[in-house]
Amino acid sequence: MSVQNQIDEQVKSNKIMLYMKGTPQFPQCGFSGQAVQILKACGAEFGSFDVLSDPDVRQGIKEYSNWPTIPQLYIDGKFVGGADIMTELYQNGELQKMVSAAN
Amino acid sequence: MDPENIKRMIEQGLEGSQASVVGDGRHFEAVIVCDAFAGKSMVEQHQMVYRALGNNMDEAIHALSMRTLTPEQYEQQQS
Repeated sequence: MSVQNQIDEQVKSNKIMLYMKGTPQFPQCGFSGQAVQILKACGAEFGSFDVLSDPDVRQGIKEYSNWPTIPQLYIDGKFVGGADIMTELYQNGELQKMVSAAN
Repeated sequence: MDPENIKRMIEQGLEGSQASVVGDGRHFEAVIVCDAFAGKSMVEQHQMVYRALGNNMDEAIHALSMRTLTPEQYEQQQS
């Protein structure tokens, strides 16, 4: 199974999915840590994947979404954004709505 | 890689854009105003900026946080 199919399956089988560096308990990058904090603040239950554990996924996810950085948040199989967009959506209350609709 | 360099790359690569970039050499924050952002989602707007930076700016892309605004949004924010 190609990495694109693997990603597609992961993204579609988790209501909320975060591709990050490290794990929610031990984020390995400031932006990834920020993304985890925001999701926790929204009370979101989410799946996560440590791209540092798999270089193919680390590269493949950037092609999948045409987005060059990590973290990447997906809700209901759709790419929502990276740390910046998550922060902005959280500040204007939009992310909380998206999370409660998905959870 | 300094704020000036990133500002020039964005403005050259994204026609009609105005960028203000600050940074400490490791992390950079940019506010980009462009009328081509109108009607586009935040994801699309940021992708336009990433395309303007091009792939030889990988390091900059990783260190950059950005806010994208249309001229109207920028004015509203100023008032």
